[in-house]
Amino acid sequence: MKIRPYVYTLLFLCVTVVLSIAIGSVSITPGDLWLILTGWLGGVTFTDPLKTFAIILTDIRLPRTALVLLTGAALGGSGAAYQGLFRNPLADPYLIGVASGAGLGAVLAMSIKWPYSFWGLLAVPVAAFLGALLTVFLVYALARVGKTVPTTNLILAGVAFGSFATALTTYLMLRSTGELHRAIAWLSGGSSQAGWQPVLAMLPFLAVGLGILLLSGHALNLLQFGDEQAQQMGLPVTRRRTLILLAASLATAAAVSFSGIIGFIGLIVPHVMRLWFGADYRRLLLLSIIGGAGALLLADILARSVMAPQELPVGIVTALVGAPFFLWVLRRAKNQGYW
Amino acid sequence: MLRIEKLSVCHGARRVLRDVSLEVHSGEVLALIGPNGAGKSTLVRAVSGVTPVDSGSIYSDDSSHAYDLLSLAPMQRARCLAVVPQAVSMPPAFTAWETVLMGRTPYLNFLGQVSAKDEEIARMALQKVDALELSGRRVGELSGGEQQRVLLARALAQSTPILLLDEPTSNLDLHYQVSFMETVSTLAHQDGLAVLVALHDLNLAARYADRVALLVEGSIQASGTPVQVLTPELISAAYHLEVQVIPHPFADVPLVLPGK
Repeated sequence: MKIRPYVYTLLFLCVTVVLSIAIGSVSITPGDLWLILTGWLGGVTFTDPLKTFAIILTDIRLPRTALVLLTGAALGGSGAAYQGLFRNPLADPYLIGVASGAGLGAVLAMSIKWPYSFWGLLAVPVAAFLGALLTVFLVYALARVGKTVPTTNLILAGVAFGSFATALTTYLMLRSTGELHRAIAWLSGGSSQAGWQPVLAMLPFLAVGLGILLLSGHALNLLQFGDEQAQQMGLPVTRRRTLILLAASLATAAAVSFSGIIGFIGLIVPHVMRLWFGADYRRLLLLSIIGGAGALLLADILARSVMAPQELPVGIVTALVGAPFFLWVLRRAKNQGYW
Repeated sequence: MLRIEKLSVCHGARRVLRDVSLEVHSGEVLALIGPNGAGKSTLVRAVSGVTPVDSGSIYSDDSSHAYDLLSLAPMQRARCLAVVPQAVSMPPAFTAWETVLMGRTPYLNFLGQVSAKDEEIARMALQKVDALELSGRRVGELSGGEQQRVLLARALAQSTPILLLDEPTSNLDLHYQVSFMETVSTLAHQDGLAVLVALHDLNLAARYADRVALLVEGSIQASGTPVQVLTPELISAAYHLEVQVIPHPFADVPLVLPGK
Protein backbone atom coordinates (compact mmCIF):
# COMPACT_ATOMS: atom_id res chain seq x y z
CA MET A 1 0.00 0.00 0.00
CA LYS A 2 1.26 3.43 -0.91
CA ILE A 3 1.66 5.48 2.25
CA ARG A 4 2.88 8.79 0.86
CA PRO A 5 -0.54 10.26 -0.14
CA TYR A 6 -1.82 9.69 3.39
CA VAL A 7 1.26 11.33 4.91
CA TYR A 8 0.85 14.43 2.75
CA THR A 9 -2.86 14.87 3.39
CA LEU A 10 -2.52 14.20 7.12
CA LEU A 11 0.29 16.74 7.30
CA PHE A 12 -1.94 19.27 5.57
CA LEU A 13 -4.73 18.51 8.04
CA CYS A 14 -2.39 18.89 11.04
CA VAL A 15 -1.17 22.27 9.84
CA THR A 16 -4.71 23.56 9.31
CA VAL A 17 -5.80 22.26 12.73
CA VAL A 18 -2.97 24.10 14.47
CA LEU A 19 -3.69 27.28 12.50
CA SER A 20 -7.39 27.03 13.21
CA ILE A 21 -6.68 26.78 16.94
CA ALA A 22 -4.11 29.55 16.91
CA ILE A 23 -5.81 32.20 14.79
CA GLY A 24 -8.59 34.39 16.14
CA SER A 25 -9.29 37.64 17.94
CA VAL A 26 -6.87 36.41 20.58
CA SER A 27 -4.03 34.56 18.96
CA ILE A 28 -2.65 31.53 20.70
CA THR A 29 0.87 30.71 19.55
CA PRO A 30 1.92 27.10 19.02
CA GLY A 31 4.21 27.63 22.04
CA ASP A 32 1.30 28.56 24.30
CA LEU A 33 -0.67 25.69 22.81
CA TRP A 34 2.12 23.31 23.73
CA LEU A 35 2.26 24.69 27.29
CA ILE A 36 -1.49 24.26 27.73
CA LEU A 37 -1.49 20.74 26.33
CA THR A 38 1.40 19.62 28.54
CA GLY A 39 -0.18 21.47 31.45
CA TRP A 40 -3.44 19.55 31.02
CA LEU A 41 -1.61 16.29 30.88
CA GLY A 42 0.42 17.19 34.00
CA GLY A 43 -2.62 18.50 35.87
CA VAL A 44 -1.13 21.99 36.28
CA THR A 45 -3.43 24.88 37.24
CA PHE A 46 -2.86 27.77 34.89
CA THR A 47 -2.28 31.40 35.71
CA ASP A 48 -3.12 34.27 33.34
CA PRO A 49 -2.67 34.63 30.42
CA LEU A 50 -2.56 30.85 29.98
CA LYS A 51 -5.75 30.49 32.03
CA THR A 52 -7.69 32.66 29.60
CA PHE A 53 -6.11 30.90 26.65
CA ALA A 54 -7.15 27.53 28.05
CA ILE A 55 -10.75 28.70 28.42
CA ILE A 56 -10.77 30.10 24.88
CA LEU A 57 -9.34 26.83 23.70
CA THR A 58 -11.85 24.52 25.35
CA ASP A 59 -14.93 26.67 24.91
CA ILE A 60 -14.38 28.26 21.53
CA ARG A 61 -11.47 27.19 19.37
CA LEU A 62 -11.46 23.44 19.88
CA PRO A 63 -15.21 22.87 19.39
CA ARG A 64 -15.22 25.13 16.36
CA THR A 65 -12.21 23.41 14.87
CA ALA A 66 -13.77 20.03 15.54
CA LEU A 67 -17.06 21.05 13.95
CA VAL A 68 -15.39 22.45 10.85
CA LEU A 69 -13.11 19.43 10.61
CA LEU A 70 -16.01 16.97 10.75
CA THR A 71 -18.05 19.01 8.28
CA GLY A 72 -15.19 19.11 5.81
CA ALA A 73 -14.62 15.39 6.22
CA ALA A 74 -18.30 14.73 5.50
CA LEU A 75 -18.33 16.95 2.42
CA GLY A 76 -15.09 15.56 1.01
CA GLY A 77 -16.12 11.94 1.52
CA SER A 78 -19.65 12.32 0.20
CA GLY A 79 -18.41 14.35 -2.76
CA ALA A 80 -16.05 11.53 -3.74
CA ALA A 81 -18.86 9.01 -3.33
CA TYR A 82 -21.35 10.99 -5.45
CA GLN A 83 -18.75 11.43 -8.18
CA GLY A 84 -18.15 7.70 -8.20
CA LEU A 85 -21.82 6.77 -8.08
CA PHE A 86 -22.84 9.07 -10.91
CA ARG A 87 -19.58 8.44 -12.77
CA ASN A 88 -19.46 12.17 -13.11
CA PRO A 89 -16.61 14.44 -12.04
CA LEU A 90 -18.94 17.36 -11.35
CA ALA A 91 -21.16 15.66 -8.81
CA ASP A 92 -20.93 17.51 -5.52
CA PRO A 93 -23.42 17.54 -2.64
CA TYR A 94 -24.03 21.23 -3.33
CA LEU A 95 -24.18 21.21 -7.14
CA ILE A 96 -26.53 18.25 -7.38
CA GLY A 97 -28.89 19.95 -4.94
CA VAL A 98 -28.55 17.44 -2.12
CA ALA A 99 -27.21 20.02 0.31
CA SER A 100 -30.12 22.37 -0.43
CA GLY A 101 -32.56 19.50 -0.04
CA ALA A 102 -30.99 18.68 3.29
CA GLY A 103 -31.19 22.36 4.22
CA LEU A 104 -34.89 22.43 3.45
CA GLY A 105 -35.42 19.35 5.59
CA ALA A 106 -33.43 20.90 8.42
CA VAL A 107 -35.32 24.19 8.30
CA LEU A 108 -38.63 22.36 8.23
CA ALA A 109 -37.57 20.61 11.40
CA MET A 110 -36.34 23.86 12.90
CA SER A 111 -39.56 25.68 12.07
CA ILE A 112 -41.17 23.26 14.47
CA LYS A 113 -38.59 23.88 17.14
CA TRP A 114 -35.20 25.56 16.97
CA PRO A 115 -32.83 22.95 18.33
CA TYR A 116 -31.92 23.93 21.83
CA SER A 117 -32.82 20.64 23.43
CA PHE A 118 -30.78 17.54 22.70
CA TRP A 119 -33.70 15.82 20.95
CA GLY A 120 -34.19 18.90 18.84
CA LEU A 121 -30.58 18.54 17.80
CA LEU A 122 -31.25 15.01 16.59
CA ALA A 123 -34.52 15.83 14.80
CA VAL A 124 -32.76 18.31 12.54
CA PRO A 125 -30.22 15.88 11.01
CA VAL A 126 -32.89 13.23 10.57
CA ALA A 127 -35.10 15.67 8.68
CA ALA A 128 -32.07 16.85 6.72
CA PHE A 129 -31.27 13.24 5.83
CA LEU A 130 -34.79 12.70 4.50
CA GLY A 131 -34.54 15.94 2.52
CA ALA A 132 -31.20 14.88 1.09
CA LEU A 133 -32.47 11.44 0.07
CA LEU A 134 -35.58 12.82 -1.56
CA THR A 135 -33.45 15.27 -3.53
CA VAL A 136 -30.91 12.73 -4.67
CA PHE A 137 -33.60 10.39 -5.98
CA LEU A 138 -35.52 13.19 -7.70
CA VAL A 139 -32.44 14.71 -9.30
CA TYR A 140 -31.20 11.32 -10.42
CA ALA A 141 -34.57 10.41 -11.92
CA LEU A 142 -34.80 13.76 -13.71
CA ALA A 143 -31.23 13.67 -15.03
CA ARG A 144 -31.11 10.06 -16.15
CA VAL A 145 -31.15 9.22 -19.83
CA GLY A 146 -31.38 5.45 -20.20
CA LYS A 147 -28.52 4.15 -18.15
CA THR A 148 -26.31 7.22 -18.11
CA VAL A 149 -26.44 10.49 -16.25
CA PRO A 150 -25.05 13.16 -18.56
CA THR A 151 -23.15 15.94 -16.79
CA THR A 152 -25.33 18.75 -18.09
CA ASN A 153 -28.54 16.99 -17.06
CA LEU A 154 -27.19 16.24 -13.61
CA ILE A 155 -26.07 19.80 -12.97
CA LEU A 156 -29.22 21.33 -14.50
CA ALA A 157 -31.51 19.10 -12.47
CA GLY A 158 -29.39 19.68 -9.38
CA VAL A 159 -29.29 23.44 -9.74
CA ALA A 160 -33.00 23.65 -10.55
CA PHE A 161 -34.00 21.52 -7.63
CA GLY A 162 -31.46 23.23 -5.38
CA SER A 163 -32.89 26.66 -6.22
CA PHE A 164 -36.39 25.42 -5.59
CA ALA A 165 -35.40 24.02 -2.21
CA THR A 166 -33.49 27.17 -1.32
CA ALA A 167 -36.48 29.32 -2.28
CA LEU A 168 -38.77 27.25 -0.08
CA THR A 169 -36.23 27.42 2.72
CA THR A 170 -35.97 31.19 2.45
CA TYR A 171 -39.75 31.50 2.40
CA LEU A 172 -40.03 29.39 5.54
CA MET A 173 -37.43 31.51 7.27
CA LEU A 174 -38.94 34.85 6.29
CA ARG A 175 -42.44 33.77 7.23
CA SER A 176 -41.41 32.78 10.68
CA THR A 177 -40.42 35.22 13.34
CA GLY A 178 -37.78 35.17 16.00
CA GLU A 179 -35.59 32.13 16.34
CA LEU A 180 -35.56 31.07 12.73
CA HIS A 181 -33.90 34.29 11.64
CA ARG A 182 -30.76 32.84 13.14
CA ALA A 183 -30.97 30.14 10.55
CA ILE A 184 -30.14 32.61 7.80
CA ALA A 185 -26.51 32.87 8.88
CA TRP A 186 -26.41 29.13 9.43
CA LEU A 187 -27.72 28.43 5.94
CA SER A 188 -24.97 30.31 4.16
CA GLY A 189 -22.44 28.25 5.99
CA GLY A 190 -21.64 30.32 9.03
CA SER A 191 -20.71 28.10 11.93
CA SER A 192 -23.04 30.05 14.15
CA GLN A 193 -23.56 27.18 16.53
CA ALA A 194 -20.91 26.97 19.15
CA GLY A 195 -19.88 24.60 21.90
CA TRP A 196 -19.40 20.89 21.95
CA GLN A 197 -23.07 19.91 21.63
CA PRO A 198 -23.29 20.07 17.81
CA VAL A 199 -19.99 18.24 17.50
CA LEU A 200 -21.22 15.39 19.66
CA ALA A 201 -24.59 15.28 17.92
CA MET A 202 -22.94 15.14 14.51
CA LEU A 203 -20.52 12.36 15.35
CA PRO A 204 -22.82 9.31 15.23
CA PHE A 205 -24.27 10.31 11.85
CA LEU A 206 -20.82 10.86 10.43
CA ALA A 207 -19.41 7.68 11.89
CA VAL A 208 -22.11 5.61 10.17
CA GLY A 209 -22.08 7.56 6.89
CA LEU A 210 -18.35 7.85 6.41
CA GLY A 211 -17.75 4.39 7.87
CA ILE A 212 -19.92 2.81 5.16
CA LEU A 213 -18.25 4.92 2.49
CA LEU A 214 -14.80 3.79 3.60
CA LEU A 215 -15.92 0.19 3.12
CA SER A 216 -17.27 0.92 -0.37
CA GLY A 217 -14.06 1.62 -2.28
CA HIS A 218 -13.99 -1.68 -4.15
CA ALA A 219 -17.66 -1.43 -5.08
CA LEU A 220 -17.16 2.11 -6.43
CA ASN A 221 -14.18 0.91 -8.46
CA LEU A 222 -16.32 -1.77 -10.08
CA LEU A 223 -19.12 0.70 -10.73
CA GLN A 224 -16.74 2.81 -12.84
CA PHE A 225 -17.18 0.15 -15.54
CA GLY A 226 -20.94 0.71 -15.51
CA ASP A 227 -23.71 -1.09 -13.67
CA GLU A 228 -23.96 -3.99 -16.10
CA GLN A 229 -20.30 -4.91 -16.04
CA ALA A 230 -20.15 -4.44 -12.27
CA GLN A 231 -23.00 -6.91 -11.88
CA GLN A 232 -21.45 -9.34 -14.34
CA MET A 233 -18.32 -9.25 -12.18
CA GLY A 234 -20.43 -10.28 -9.22
CA LEU A 235 -21.39 -7.02 -7.50
CA PRO A 236 -24.98 -6.86 -6.19
CA VAL A 237 -25.27 -3.50 -7.91
CA THR A 238 -28.65 -2.23 -6.73
CA ARG A 239 -27.96 -3.06 -3.11
CA ARG A 240 -24.47 -1.60 -2.98
CA ARG A 241 -25.48 1.50 -4.95
CA THR A 242 -28.34 2.19 -2.57
CA LEU A 243 -26.11 1.68 0.45
CA ILE A 244 -23.50 4.12 -0.85
CA LEU A 245 -26.18 6.65 -1.76
CA LEU A 246 -27.68 6.41 1.74
CA ALA A 247 -24.28 6.75 3.38
CA ALA A 248 -23.23 9.76 1.29
CA SER A 249 -26.56 11.46 1.88
CA LEU A 250 -26.34 10.80 5.61
CA ALA A 251 -22.90 12.40 5.76
CA THR A 252 -24.10 15.38 3.71
CA ALA A 253 -27.18 15.79 5.89
CA ALA A 254 -25.08 15.74 9.06
CA ALA A 255 -22.77 18.40 7.63
CA VAL A 256 -25.66 20.62 6.52
CA SER A 257 -27.57 20.21 9.78
CA PHE A 258 -24.77 21.57 11.92
CA SER A 259 -22.76 23.78 9.62
CA GLY A 260 -25.15 24.96 6.95
CA ILE A 261 -24.88 24.74 3.20
CA ILE A 262 -21.27 24.84 2.08
CA GLY A 263 -20.55 24.29 -1.57
CA PHE A 264 -17.63 23.09 -3.63
CA ILE A 265 -15.56 21.30 -0.96
CA GLY A 266 -17.09 18.03 -2.17
CA LEU A 267 -16.14 18.97 -5.72
CA ILE A 268 -12.64 20.35 -5.31
CA VAL A 269 -11.15 17.97 -2.80
CA PRO A 270 -11.90 14.61 -4.46
CA HIS A 271 -10.86 16.16 -7.75
CA VAL A 272 -7.47 17.31 -6.53
CA MET A 273 -6.91 14.02 -4.74
CA ARG A 274 -7.73 12.15 -7.94
CA LEU A 275 -5.35 14.28 -9.95
CA TRP A 276 -2.51 13.80 -7.49
CA PHE A 277 -3.00 10.30 -6.16
CA GLY A 278 -5.09 8.43 -8.74
CA ALA A 279 -8.72 7.41 -8.95
CA ASP A 280 -8.68 4.15 -7.01
CA TYR A 281 -11.66 4.63 -4.70
CA ARG A 282 -10.17 2.44 -2.02
CA ARG A 283 -7.67 5.27 -1.55
CA LEU A 284 -9.65 8.21 -2.83
CA LEU A 285 -12.43 8.05 -0.23
CA LEU A 286 -10.14 8.25 2.79
CA LEU A 287 -7.92 10.87 1.16
CA SER A 288 -10.97 12.99 0.30
CA ILE A 289 -12.22 12.74 3.87
CA ILE A 290 -8.90 13.88 5.34
CA GLY A 291 -8.34 16.46 2.60
CA GLY A 292 -11.91 17.76 2.92
CA ALA A 293 -11.39 18.35 6.63
CA GLY A 294 -8.17 20.27 5.97
CA ALA A 295 -9.61 22.27 3.08
CA LEU A 296 -12.66 23.42 5.01
CA LEU A 297 -10.50 24.36 8.00
CA LEU A 298 -8.40 26.49 5.67
CA ALA A 299 -11.53 28.14 4.26
CA ASP A 300 -12.82 28.73 7.78
CA ILE A 301 -9.54 30.34 8.84
CA LEU A 302 -9.80 32.67 5.84
CA ALA A 303 -13.44 33.42 6.63
CA ARG A 304 -12.48 34.41 10.15
CA SER A 305 -9.44 36.50 9.33
CA VAL A 306 -10.12 38.30 6.04
CA MET A 307 -12.47 40.88 7.57
CA ALA A 308 -11.60 40.38 11.23
CA PRO A 309 -13.11 40.99 13.66
CA GLN A 310 -16.11 40.41 11.41
CA GLU A 311 -16.64 36.89 10.11
CA LEU A 312 -17.59 35.84 6.63
CA PRO A 313 -19.79 32.78 6.24
CA VAL A 314 -17.41 30.01 5.22
CA GLY A 315 -19.72 29.10 2.33
CA ILE A 316 -18.81 32.39 0.69
CA VAL A 317 -15.12 31.60 0.82
CA THR A 318 -15.57 28.10 -0.64
CA ALA A 319 -17.79 29.52 -3.39
CA LEU A 320 -15.27 32.23 -4.27
CA VAL A 321 -12.58 29.61 -4.76
CA GLY A 322 -14.84 26.80 -5.88
CA ALA A 323 -16.87 28.41 -8.66
CA PRO A 324 -13.82 29.22 -10.83
CA PHE A 325 -12.52 25.73 -10.12
CA PHE A 326 -15.86 24.30 -11.22
CA LEU A 327 -15.64 26.17 -14.51
CA TRP A 328 -12.13 24.86 -15.05
CA VAL A 329 -13.25 21.27 -14.45
CA LEU A 330 -16.23 21.76 -16.74
CA ARG A 331 -13.91 22.88 -19.53
CA ARG A 332 -11.53 20.03 -18.90
CA ALA A 333 -14.37 17.52 -18.85
CA LYS A 334 -15.65 18.84 -22.16
CA ASN A 335 -12.26 18.74 -23.84
CA GLN A 336 -11.10 15.37 -22.67
CA GLY A 337 -14.27 13.39 -22.33
CA TYR A 338 -12.87 12.83 -18.84
CA TRP A 339 -13.04 9.59 -16.84
CA MET B 1 -21.87 -26.54 -20.03
CA LEU B 2 -24.47 -23.83 -20.59
CA ARG B 3 -28.06 -24.89 -21.10
CA ILE B 4 -30.71 -22.36 -22.14
CA GLU B 5 -34.28 -23.63 -22.19
CA LYS B 6 -37.23 -21.86 -23.80
CA LEU B 7 -35.96 -18.42 -22.88
CA SER B 8 -38.30 -15.50 -23.55
CA VAL B 9 -37.58 -11.83 -22.94
CA CYS B 10 -39.92 -8.89 -23.46
CA HIS B 11 -39.06 -5.21 -23.61
CA GLY B 12 -42.37 -3.67 -22.70
CA ALA B 13 -44.94 -5.17 -25.03
CA ARG B 14 -42.32 -6.25 -27.57
CA ARG B 15 -41.05 -9.78 -27.46
CA VAL B 16 -37.32 -9.67 -28.08
CA LEU B 17 -36.56 -13.34 -27.52
CA ARG B 18 -39.03 -16.14 -28.15
CA ASP B 19 -38.50 -19.63 -26.70
CA VAL B 20 -34.77 -19.70 -27.32
CA SER B 21 -33.17 -23.03 -26.47
CA LEU B 22 -29.44 -23.54 -26.83
CA GLU B 23 -26.74 -25.75 -25.44
CA VAL B 24 -23.09 -24.81 -25.33
CA HIS B 25 -20.86 -27.71 -24.36
CA SER B 26 -17.60 -27.50 -22.53
CA GLY B 27 -14.73 -27.19 -24.98
CA GLU B 28 -16.71 -25.70 -27.82
CA VAL B 29 -17.32 -22.29 -29.33
CA LEU B 30 -20.90 -21.55 -30.28
CA ALA B 31 -21.28 -18.50 -32.51
CA LEU B 32 -24.55 -16.62 -32.32
CA ILE B 33 -25.21 -14.89 -35.62
CA GLY B 34 -28.11 -12.91 -36.98
CA PRO B 35 -29.04 -9.48 -38.35
CA ASN B 36 -29.02 -6.33 -36.24
CA GLY B 37 -31.88 -6.26 -33.78
CA ALA B 38 -32.34 -10.02 -33.87
CA GLY B 39 -31.72 -10.17 -30.12
CA LYS B 40 -28.10 -11.36 -29.92
CA SER B 41 -27.06 -8.82 -27.32
CA THR B 42 -30.29 -9.28 -25.41
CA LEU B 43 -29.60 -13.01 -25.22
CA VAL B 44 -26.10 -12.40 -23.83
CA ARG B 45 -27.43 -9.86 -21.35
CA ALA B 46 -30.30 -12.07 -20.26
CA VAL B 47 -28.02 -15.05 -19.70
CA SER B 48 -25.61 -12.88 -17.71
CA GLY B 49 -28.43 -11.72 -15.48
CA VAL B 50 -28.59 -8.01 -16.28
CA THR B 51 -31.83 -8.16 -18.27
CA PRO B 52 -34.94 -9.60 -16.63
CA VAL B 53 -36.26 -12.82 -18.16
CA ASP B 54 -39.96 -13.45 -18.69
CA SER B 55 -39.92 -17.21 -18.88
CA GLY B 56 -37.59 -20.09 -19.44
CA SER B 57 -34.54 -21.28 -17.58
CA ILE B 58 -30.77 -21.12 -17.78
CA TYR B 59 -28.52 -23.75 -16.26
CA SER B 60 -24.83 -24.14 -15.73
CA ASP B 61 -24.11 -27.87 -15.59
CA ASP B 62 -20.97 -29.52 -14.37
CA SER B 63 -20.45 -33.25 -14.01
CA SER B 64 -22.48 -33.50 -10.83
CA HIS B 65 -24.57 -30.35 -10.47
CA ALA B 66 -26.99 -28.17 -12.40
CA TYR B 67 -26.98 -24.57 -11.19
CA ASP B 68 -30.11 -22.58 -11.96
CA LEU B 69 -28.43 -19.33 -13.02
CA LEU B 70 -31.58 -17.24 -12.84
CA SER B 71 -32.00 -17.94 -9.13
CA LEU B 72 -28.40 -17.21 -8.18
CA ALA B 73 -27.19 -13.98 -6.57
CA PRO B 74 -24.84 -11.88 -8.77
CA MET B 75 -21.77 -13.04 -6.89
CA GLN B 76 -22.55 -16.75 -7.30
CA ARG B 77 -23.58 -16.25 -10.91
CA ALA B 78 -20.25 -14.52 -11.55
CA ARG B 79 -18.52 -17.72 -10.47
CA CYS B 80 -20.42 -19.69 -13.13
CA LEU B 81 -20.14 -17.37 -16.10
CA ALA B 82 -18.06 -14.39 -17.14
CA VAL B 83 -18.88 -11.79 -19.80
CA VAL B 84 -16.62 -9.97 -22.22
CA PRO B 85 -18.56 -6.82 -23.07
CA GLN B 86 -18.04 -4.61 -26.07
CA ALA B 87 -15.30 -2.17 -25.16
CA VAL B 88 -17.31 1.02 -25.51
CA SER B 89 -15.84 3.39 -22.99
CA MET B 90 -13.41 2.31 -20.34
CA PRO B 91 -12.69 4.30 -17.21
CA PRO B 92 -9.18 5.67 -17.75
CA ALA B 93 -8.34 5.49 -14.07
CA PHE B 94 -7.33 1.85 -13.80
CA THR B 95 -4.37 -0.04 -15.14
CA ALA B 96 -4.81 -3.27 -17.05
CA TRP B 97 -3.52 -5.11 -13.99
CA GLU B 98 -6.08 -3.49 -11.65
CA THR B 99 -8.82 -4.16 -14.20
CA VAL B 100 -8.01 -7.85 -14.47
CA LEU B 101 -7.80 -8.17 -10.67
CA MET B 102 -11.37 -6.88 -10.51
CA GLY B 103 -12.34 -10.08 -12.27
CA ARG B 104 -11.58 -11.81 -8.95
CA THR B 105 -14.52 -9.98 -7.32
CA PRO B 106 -16.77 -13.06 -6.96
CA TYR B 107 -14.14 -14.62 -4.70
CA LEU B 108 -13.31 -11.51 -2.65
CA ASN B 109 -14.78 -10.13 0.54
CA PHE B 110 -16.84 -6.96 0.92
CA LEU B 111 -13.68 -4.83 0.83
CA GLY B 112 -12.26 -6.50 -2.26
CA GLN B 113 -8.96 -7.50 -0.68
CA VAL B 114 -6.90 -9.69 -3.00
CA SER B 115 -4.60 -12.53 -1.97
CA ALA B 116 -1.41 -13.77 -3.56
CA LYS B 117 -3.49 -16.51 -5.18
CA ASP B 118 -5.79 -13.94 -6.78
CA GLU B 119 -2.77 -12.11 -8.15
CA GLU B 120 -1.36 -15.32 -9.56
CA ILE B 121 -4.66 -16.09 -11.31
CA ALA B 122 -4.82 -12.56 -12.72
CA ARG B 123 -1.26 -12.87 -13.98
CA MET B 124 -2.03 -16.17 -15.69
CA ALA B 125 -5.15 -14.69 -17.27
CA LEU B 126 -3.11 -11.85 -18.74
CA GLN B 127 -0.55 -14.33 -19.97
CA LYS B 128 -3.20 -16.48 -21.67
CA VAL B 129 -4.42 -13.57 -23.76
CA ASP B 130 -0.86 -12.47 -24.42
CA ALA B 131 -1.32 -9.13 -22.65
CA LEU B 132 1.08 -9.40 -19.73
CA GLU B 133 3.12 -6.51 -21.09
CA LEU B 134 0.05 -4.27 -20.86
CA SER B 135 -0.20 -4.72 -17.05
CA GLY B 136 1.03 -1.28 -16.09
CA ARG B 137 -0.81 0.64 -18.84
CA ARG B 138 -4.06 2.47 -18.18
CA VAL B 139 -7.00 0.75 -19.89
CA GLY B 140 -8.41 4.06 -21.14
CA GLU B 141 -5.25 4.62 -23.14
CA LEU B 142 -5.12 1.21 -24.81
CA SER B 143 -6.15 0.57 -28.40
CA GLY B 144 -9.43 -1.20 -29.07
CA GLY B 145 -7.73 -4.52 -29.64
CA GLU B 146 -5.68 -4.24 -26.46
CA GLN B 147 -8.73 -3.24 -24.41
CA GLN B 148 -10.63 -6.23 -25.71
CA ARG B 149 -7.81 -8.56 -24.69
CA VAL B 150 -7.69 -7.03 -21.21
CA LEU B 151 -11.45 -7.50 -20.88
CA LEU B 152 -11.02 -11.12 -21.95
CA ALA B 153 -8.32 -11.55 -19.30
CA ARG B 154 -10.64 -10.02 -16.71
CA ALA B 155 -13.33 -12.53 -17.66
CA LEU B 156 -10.80 -15.38 -17.44
CA ALA B 157 -9.76 -14.19 -13.98
CA GLN B 158 -13.31 -14.98 -12.87
CA SER B 159 -12.34 -18.66 -13.32
CA THR B 160 -15.71 -19.65 -14.73
CA PRO B 161 -16.57 -22.69 -16.85
CA ILE B 162 -18.69 -20.51 -19.16
CA LEU B 163 -17.65 -17.48 -21.18
CA LEU B 164 -20.03 -15.09 -22.97
CA LEU B 165 -18.77 -12.60 -25.53
CA ASP B 166 -20.92 -9.84 -26.96
CA GLU B 167 -19.65 -8.90 -30.43
CA PRO B 168 -16.09 -8.68 -29.17
CA THR B 169 -14.55 -8.06 -32.57
CA SER B 170 -16.86 -5.38 -33.94
CA ASN B 171 -14.44 -2.50 -33.27
CA LEU B 172 -11.25 -4.34 -34.15
CA ASP B 173 -9.21 -4.33 -37.32
CA LEU B 174 -8.67 -7.52 -39.31
CA HIS B 175 -5.48 -8.49 -37.50
CA TYR B 176 -7.00 -8.12 -34.03
CA GLN B 177 -10.23 -9.85 -35.10
CA VAL B 178 -8.33 -12.92 -36.17
CA SER B 179 -5.90 -13.05 -33.26
CA PHE B 180 -8.69 -12.42 -30.76
CA MET B 181 -10.82 -15.26 -32.12
CA GLU B 182 -7.76 -17.53 -32.27
CA THR B 183 -7.27 -16.93 -28.55
CA VAL B 184 -10.93 -17.57 -27.80
CA SER B 185 -11.01 -20.85 -29.68
CA THR B 186 -7.79 -21.98 -27.99
CA LEU B 187 -9.35 -21.24 -24.60
CA ALA B 188 -12.37 -23.34 -25.44
CA HIS B 189 -10.47 -26.26 -26.90
CA GLN B 190 -7.54 -26.37 -24.46
CA ASP B 191 -9.08 -25.21 -21.21
CA GLY B 192 -12.50 -26.74 -21.85
CA LEU B 193 -14.52 -23.54 -21.54
CA ALA B 194 -18.03 -23.36 -22.92
CA VAL B 195 -17.96 -20.25 -25.10
CA LEU B 196 -20.99 -18.41 -26.45
CA VAL B 197 -19.99 -15.57 -28.76
CA ALA B 198 -22.31 -13.16 -30.55
CA LEU B 199 -20.70 -12.28 -33.88
CA HIS B 200 -21.50 -9.99 -36.76
CA ASP B 201 -18.95 -11.38 -39.14
CA LEU B 202 -20.26 -14.60 -40.68
CA ASN B 203 -16.85 -15.63 -41.96
CA LEU B 204 -15.26 -15.26 -38.53
CA ALA B 205 -18.08 -17.43 -37.21
CA ALA B 206 -17.47 -19.99 -39.93
CA ARG B 207 -13.76 -20.03 -39.25
CA TYR B 208 -13.68 -20.19 -35.45
CA ALA B 209 -16.98 -21.61 -34.24
CA ASP B 210 -17.58 -25.30 -33.73
CA ARG B 211 -21.27 -24.68 -34.03
CA VAL B 212 -23.37 -21.77 -35.23
CA ALA B 213 -26.83 -20.66 -34.16
CA LEU B 214 -28.80 -18.29 -36.37
CA LEU B 215 -31.04 -15.92 -34.46
CA VAL B 216 -33.72 -14.06 -36.42
CA GLU B 217 -36.36 -11.85 -34.84
CA GLY B 218 -35.81 -13.41 -31.47
CA SER B 219 -36.02 -17.06 -32.47
CA ILE B 220 -33.39 -19.61 -33.35
CA GLN B 221 -33.87 -20.33 -37.07
CA ALA B 222 -31.16 -22.92 -37.38
CA SER B 223 -28.26 -24.34 -35.46
CA GLY B 224 -25.55 -26.80 -36.29
CA THR B 225 -22.08 -26.86 -37.83
CA PRO B 226 -21.03 -23.84 -39.93
CA VAL B 227 -21.65 -25.87 -43.09
CA GLN B 228 -25.18 -26.73 -41.99
CA VAL B 229 -26.18 -23.20 -41.00
CA LEU B 230 -24.27 -20.98 -43.41
CA THR B 231 -26.28 -21.97 -46.46
CA PRO B 232 -27.42 -19.52 -49.14
CA GLU B 233 -31.07 -20.24 -48.34
CA LEU B 234 -30.88 -19.62 -44.57
CA ILE B 235 -28.59 -16.60 -44.78
CA SER B 236 -30.50 -14.94 -47.64
CA ALA B 237 -33.76 -15.32 -45.79
CA ALA B 238 -32.31 -14.04 -42.51
CA TYR B 239 -30.50 -11.00 -43.90
CA HIS B 240 -32.82 -10.23 -46.84
CA LEU B 241 -29.83 -10.32 -49.15
CA GLU B 242 -28.69 -12.53 -51.98
CA VAL B 243 -25.54 -14.38 -50.95
CA GLN B 244 -23.19 -16.94 -52.39
CA VAL B 245 -21.56 -19.56 -50.22
CA ILE B 246 -18.32 -21.05 -51.50
CA PRO B 247 -15.83 -23.34 -49.85
CA HIS B 248 -12.81 -21.66 -48.30
CA PRO B 249 -9.80 -22.22 -50.59
CA PHE B 250 -7.59 -23.63 -47.79
CA ALA B 251 -9.66 -24.34 -44.70
CA ASP B 252 -12.56 -26.71 -44.49
CA VAL B 253 -15.16 -24.01 -43.85
CA PRO B 254 -17.73 -22.12 -45.90
CA LEU B 255 -17.24 -18.55 -47.06
CA VAL B 256 -20.22 -16.23 -47.32
CA LEU B 257 -20.12 -13.58 -50.04
CA PRO B 258 -22.86 -11.05 -50.71
CA GLY B 259 -24.11 -10.84 -54.31
CA LYS B 260 -25.77 -12.95 -56.94
